[in-house]
Amino acid sequence: MAQQSLKRIAKELADCKASPPTGMSIDVASEADMRRWHVVLEGPANSAYAGGKFGIVVVLPAEYPFKPPTVTFATRIYHPNVTNDSSGNICLSLLKPENWKPATRLLAVLEAVRSLLVEPMPDDPLESRIADEYRSDRNEYNKNANQYVQRYAMRSVSFDAAANEGGKKGSGGH
Amino acid sequence: MIRKFFQFNWKRKAAEATISSSTILPNKRILASAGPESSVVAAAAPPTPVTTASNGMDSEDDFMSAVSSEDDILPDDDSDNDDMSDAEDFDFDDEPDPDLGMHKDISDSKKAPFDISFKVYQPSDIQRQQDELINEVNMILDISKEEAAILLRHFRWNKERLIEDYMDSPSRVLEAAGLSQTTAGPLKREVIPGFVCDICCNEEEGLQSFSIKCGHRYCVNCYSYYLSQKIAEEGEAARIQCPADGCSLIIDARSLEILVAPELKKRYHALLNQTYVEDKETLKWCPAPDCQNAIECPVKKKDLDKVVPTVACLCSHRFCFGCREDDHQPAPCELVKRWLKKCKDDSETANWISANTKECPKCNSTIEKNGGCNHMTCRKCKHEFCWMCMGLWSEHGTSWYNCNRFEEKSGLEARDAQAKSRVSLERYLHYYNRYANHSQSARLDKDIYHKTEKKMVQLQKESGMSWIEVQYLNSASQALQTCRQTLMWTYAFAFYLSRNNLTEIFEENQKDLEMAVEGLSEMFEKPVTELADAKLKVVIMDKTSYCNKRRIILLNDTADNLANG
Repeated sequence: MAQQSLKRIAKELADCKASPPTGMSIDVASEADMRRWHVVLEGPANSAYAGGKFGIVVVLPAEYPFKPPTVTFATRIYHPNVTNDSSGNICLSLLKPENWKPATRLLAVLEAVRSLLVEPMPDDPLESRIADEYRSDRNEYNKNANQYVQRYAMRSVSFDAAANEGGKKGSGGH
Repeated sequence: MIRKFFQFNWKRKAAEATISSSTILPNKRILASAGPESSVVAAAAPPTPVTTASNGMDSEDDFMSAVSSEDDILPDDDSDNDDMSDAEDFDFDDEPDPDLGMHKDISDSKKAPFDISFKVYQPSDIQRQQDELINEVNMILDISKEEAAILLRHFRWNKERLIEDYMDSPSRVLEAAGLSQTTAGPLKREVIPGFVCDICCNEEEGLQSFSIKCGHRYCVNCYSYYLSQKIAEEGEAARIQCPADGCSLIIDARSLEILVAPELKKRYHALLNQTYVEDKETLKWCPAPDCQNAIECPVKKKDLDKVVPTVACLCSHRFCFGCREDDHQPAPCELVKRWLKKCKDDSETANWISANTKECPKCNSTIEKNGGCNHMTCRKCKHEFCWMCMGLWSEHGTSWYNCNRFEEKSGLEARDAQAKSRVSLERYLHYYNRYANHSQSARLDKDIYHKTEKKMVQLQKESGMSWIEVQYLNSASQALQTCRQTLMWTYAFAFYLSRNNLTEIFEENQKDLEMAVEGLSEMFEKPVTELADAKLKVVIMDKTSYCNKRRIILLNDTADNLANG
């Protein structure tokens, strides 16, 4: 299966590079490791994250596409569905093992992440405090989200930082 | 069409009523102990229900004729002999009885208040029940069996609601259940020129592919890998969807047949059976390890504070249908949960601390006095006080080492709290020790029995006693086990009882049963040569039936009182 899986990954990568989705640039972390993708996502203009650049790490398991990829934010972000720490875990229903469909493309996953920035889902939160704020005090939420953008998402994206911050020194080197 | 359905429905009801009651008089066929509703059904039933069977319902017919054959369900008139021990007579199930193979009704002909009716289903019965429902829906709604199965699962096997909703709006029901409305030709593996699999991106010539009705086509390798991963790793069977993004069509059993290896098919069907039992509130798996039977019992969850629905599986495991714990009559489930938690909890450690230690009256540090005089100096805050009265040491004046200031107020409250805690601890320990003792004794009794059993086999050879003749030891051991189990829980039960007249009756019953049980237990310790003695055999058999009787009296009384609040 692993060989099959690489063929699929190569095809997806080629498609993504040939016609990159709006506001994203996609590449593999290194030529040797096709299973780790580095994506830079521009904060959508109609969202609280406009102007920011967010690093997203996509890791494809050996059983991909029969098992879902893991998707994490490498850049800190203030969002109800992303853990407010250096691990940057995302809650996205289509990435749950029981919901994952092998025919789902990474492009669709990345699009889903992007639309999560435009429209957070406070009913399914990872950060319930931020979700409450999003529901009850939108201005305060916008302000905080923007503050995070100013603080973390205005410089050039570093994927190493996340790995280092998480205590796994050197694992992201290339 | 609808008319036909009602006929089936009515027929089934009649059939159920016939099975569930074992108190039918041979010539009258009227339910004696059933409620008003079911007796109406039975009374309305024609003398031989079988004759109303419609054509084409073979399995139904078999079902009916099997259960309505008289010798299966009709108790003989001798059952009035009032042999209470019948209720616990498991040997009854060992009789090979082909007609009864499909269901076994263990409930005794004389219904005791604590007895509840239940049925044991073996894997083949569970399969057959599903098949029957599927066949009915298949005929009534004119859809394939696989689709009928998916619809039934979607409606949690509520056939009536399914048919009603389907008549209302077939398309809505089909969509909600994950079925397509298009009719396609037979599903099969196909080779389509120019096909590229969207999952593995394989584009080889002659690649075999497959799709269900939605038309999302993938290569057979990917399809079957997807299915086996769902079945083997996720344990999913009833709701495996098409692999396409956003497509919620369910993959049915026939497609699965085409795609996966035989051993996975077995697992798939086992998982489907599992969802069937789990979907129905009246069905539960027997929790005994390696037992594959399920029990049907009508007791509802909300009634669990009033009844203790103990059921016995064919594997002889006795358990509570409400919580699936081991048999815990007469204590209700809620109380059992509290008791087990209490026994496990660290709160009892705290109880020990409060009963065996005191707190420094000033800084509240916990102190255990392990020797020395009553003049205490707290190591933490250097407060000096008297261990006896908890009052200030400086107030003791000259009566050092001999505190006689018991009436002093300063120490009174601390002592009160102390005493209360000690009493509650001792009360708990009283019940707990007896509870634990019976639990342990039951294990020991079993050990002794196993040893005895071996020797009995030996004795059989030497003395020429037949296998049947040594079975009294088996029933004696069974009685010991169940009685000890009951006794064990009477102590947990008593712990939560508030004292009144009823508790005294309860304790009398408990005492009687306990004495009977200990007497029988003692018999077991006799050497094997004595056990084989015919006189002793009679004594043991007497004691066995006495134990069972005492147990039933206790359970009856308790069940009555529980039901009445």
